[in-house]
Amino acid sequence: MSIDWTNFTPWSSLAGGVLIGVAAAMLVLLNGRIAGVSGIVGGLLRPKAGETGWRIAFVAGLLVAPAAVLLVGSLPAPRIDSGLGTLAAAGLLVGLGTSYGSGCTSGHGVCGLSRLSPRSLAATLAFMAAGMATVYLARHAL
Amino acid sequence: MSALAAFAAGLLFGVGLILSGMSDPGKVKGFLDVAGAWDPSLAMVMAGAIAVAFFAFAFARRRAKAFLGGAMELPGRRGIDRRLLGGSLVFGIGWGLAGFCPGPALVSFGSGEEKAAVFVAAMLAGMALYRVRA
Repeated sequence: MSIDWTNFTPWSSLAGGVLIGVAAAMLVLLNGRIAGVSGIVGGLLRPKAGETGWRIAFVAGLLVAPAAVLLVGSLPAPRIDSGLGTLAAAGLLVGLGTSYGSGCTSGHGVCGLSRLSPRSLAATLAFMAAGMATVYLARHAL
Repeated sequence: MSALAAFAAGLLFGVGLILSGMSDPGKVKGFLDVAGAWDPSLAMVMAGAIAVAFFAFAFARRRAKAFLGGAMELPGRRGIDRRLLGGSLVFGIGWGLAGFCPGPALVSFGSGEEKAAVFVAAMLAGMALYRVRA
């Protein structure tokens, strides 16, 4: 292992993380809900009365975030090196996996770990390990 | 009012994802690539987020109601089972393949990235497939 110092952005990443933490704090304290993106979106696919408004509003907030950033600065250009087939396969796996696993990076990785949930710790270790193994295979083994 | 609060939370969450670098699949893959040139930035994202959210959840746990009046709904499920681990492993494979997880994919879709739209459409299909089967 070697550290990629040129791409390491400790301060902006820490600051972005703090914003994510504040957002999760707002949602639980004001709305009484977990800021887990896969769960929030998944709940819209089988709508229940009184359960759709806040979910749509949260997703709308995510969608307009780039526009909000553009008002005050510029958007970093994302590096998406996967082809469309890979993206489709990956999206399907993420949709299925987060549904079976009841959460993703936000629900388990941020909220669950903040609640000191053993379930979320297990889930986070599992998806981190699988993600690392996948990148290892794609970049160094295949 | 609760929708407005949820919108503000989503917006702040999305801005945090962009500022932190999480919305860039290249950076996510750099974090997952522990055997190559490892970019530890995303560990800082989790540290920053948890440092704040920890106190919010500790406080929330002692309340029966949220500040806007709704019920405090915290997950009550316990136990680590095959579904949780299997699902998380499958999610991790998808995450490693594309460098996208659900939040950043939606944010990137919101910025008009066509590739993110393909990912989001497939992700919704996966979620819908689960709900048809379950």
